[in-house]
Amino acid sequence: MTAGTAAVDASEGPGDDPGGEQPRGRRDLLRRFVQGDLGELRVIIVLAVIWAIFQFQEDRFLSSTNLTNLLLQITAIGLVSVGVVLVLLLGEIDLSVGAVSGLCASVMAVLSVNHGWSPYLAIVAAIAVGAAIGAFQGSVFTRFGVPSFVVTLAGLLGWQGAQLEVLGSTGTINLTDPAITGLTSTFYDGPVGWTVAAVGFGVYATVSLVGWRSKVAAGLRVRPLGALIVRLALAGAAIGAAVAVLNQDRGVPLAALILVGFVILFQFITTKTTFGRHIFAVGGNAEAARRAGISVQRIRIVVFAIASSMAAIGGIMAASRLLAVNQSSGSGDFLLLAIAGPVIAGTSLFGGRGSVWTALLGALVIGSISNGMDLLALESSVKFMVTGAVLLIAVIVDALARKRRQATGRV
Amino acid sequence: MSETRTPVLALERVSKSFGPVQALRDVDFDVAPGEVVALVGDNGAGKSTLIKAIAGIHAIDSGRILFEGEPVRIGSPTDAVDLGIATVYQDLALCDNLDVVENLFLGQEERGGGLATVTRQLDETSMERQAHELLDNLAVTITDVRSEVGTMSGGQRQQVAIARSLLGEPKVVMLDEPTAALGVRQTAQVLALVKRLRENGHGVVMISHNLANVFEVADRIAVLRLGRLAGLHDAASTSHEEIVTAITGASDPSTGELGPEVAQAMANARRDDAAIGTAAEPPRPPDSGGPPTEADPEADR
Repeated sequence: MTAGTAAVDASEGPGDDPGGEQPRGRRDLLRRFVQGDLGELRVIIVLAVIWAIFQFQEDRFLSSTNLTNLLLQITAIGLVSVGVVLVLLLGEIDLSVGAVSGLCASVMAVLSVNHGWSPYLAIVAAIAVGAAIGAFQGSVFTRFGVPSFVVTLAGLLGWQGAQLEVLGSTGTINLTDPAITGLTSTFYDGPVGWTVAAVGFGVYATVSLVGWRSKVAAGLRVRPLGALIVRLALAGAAIGAAVAVLNQDRGVPLAALILVGFVILFQFITTKTTFGRHIFAVGGNAEAARRAGISVQRIRIVVFAIASSMAAIGGIMAASRLLAVNQSSGSGDFLLLAIAGPVIAGTSLFGGRGSVWTALLGALVIGSISNGMDLLALESSVKFMVTGAVLLIAVIVDALARKRRQATGRV
Repeated sequence: MSETRTPVLALERVSKSFGPVQALRDVDFDVAPGEVVALVGDNGAGKSTLIKAIAGIHAIDSGRILFEGEPVRIGSPTDAVDLGIATVYQDLALCDNLDVVENLFLGQEERGGGLATVTRQLDETSMERQAHELLDNLAVTITDVRSEVGTMSGGQRQQVAIARSLLGEPKVVMLDEPTAALGVRQTAQVLALVKRLRENGHGVVMISHNLANVFEVADRIAVLRLGRLAGLHDAASTSHEEIVTAITGASDPSTGELGPEVAQAMANARRDDAAIGTAAEPPRPPDSGGPPTEADPEADR
């Protein structure tokens, strides 16, 4: 902290007043893009490049069928990533989300198939198990001051064992109940998709415009109305294009609505509520948050509980798509990709910076790479190496952005 | 100038020890509304302990604390804040990843009414408007209250931290080294802010190593040495040298003695230093007599 302050002073000349200066101009835009300040826009461009490359190689890539498949493929990992983002915002990490997703999916399968529970009750129970696991891990982390890395590493091993235990000797449970399999095989074609899209966009546009007007009425600085309208128009066009493409195939998948719904919910919570503000505060400076009267422990425990709950939901969606739960559910690269996604899309590993959108964007980037290479029938060896390279580049950009912030006194 | 007024905060014969180390001994201290009292002294003299005792971080062993004439018990930081005592520590405790408005209202965010009570939504408009009012009131110039605090200069950060402490409308504001590590222009900004606090009727307690700053803003100067109050001076009628003498104890008005007590204090100071991990510096001769800032890496010179 002190070192950062000193750096500011050293770099500051007379008349230099960096407080309100926002970088302007094309060169600044390029610089911010390279250094990762522009976050989401950068990822969208990266995504566009990836799509262009694959489309050039294989013209089925951007077909409505393949894009629908892509959405279904990323649902589980995207949902897990939503929880991971919250943990990353705290400056912590949760390595157990893969194992928890497998365990909770197993719990759901055992309860509904072996014990004849109603599938809805089984799903609720599985999510509750996830929440309890997260609260437990968060409590160990805060109570004993054990690094979250280690607590959740122990969780990774332990919950995998619990999963084997729950599944018992057969090791595989097939899911046939339509309530569960329907989660990833239900499509809303035609007007339903358009209605949902229109209502969603309408709410978003109304909230944006009302917020803008109330700020103007209070005499506060706002972005120009034109910029807001352009932003709304782009969002509307993106939503409309997505629905149009999906309707060409089977329609809007329920799974995609669930994913987008959770992303919007947590985007709202993190940016518009006290709880979300406190997550960022703890991630930015836990000591400052504590002195401001925020219960840092409570925030941490709740966030870990949310992360494990989201892992459970992701696990349930993965099971629904696979039509089964087995001993390898939630293992393999599932965990690492769920963490890599948000980081690739710009959520910092160092805490306090990022957004829930990066869960969706990151899952899209990783899913597109994987899907495209499958279409090109590339070996999984290549797939792993390319995904690894993309992740490496992303964390280097993150580290560079952080380094530059420190050099200019921003930590 | 303030002797006739009731002090808003007064300490009577306050003592505090940490194990064998007596950090404060029978300290009397007070501050009146609209008065700036500077707290000076060498490292380990007890300045920080005194501030922390008032702020509720350390409970006092004996003595009384009076707030607006009433004896009070300050057992926790919350007690101090509830009474109306705000403290700005040297490390400021700002979240660099949050903007000015978010930092000002951290921990006391405002919620919106209507539908927002259901969604538990923040009232950003109201908070931003109040932030503008607060900063304008203090004549703090921050062009964009929505820019991250981490992008700001040390002086602006200090001003944001002080402004934040005023949100609860405290009667006493305690500032721990508000000008440490600041440049000339930024120091002037912060000192101007301290003067405005006085004009607004706050009682201000300011720790500083920089005597030039102290003389610029303080009405009275309380010198602590070896945990005792080694003198309370009217800033207008005291010279720089007198304060330095009081700080170093070259002629102690209360005891007149030097030898063993100073040696003890140096030992204490070293122990304190060791406790905070800066024990690398060699032991200083007890009668160095120089300005007290030479061993302090935080000092502003």
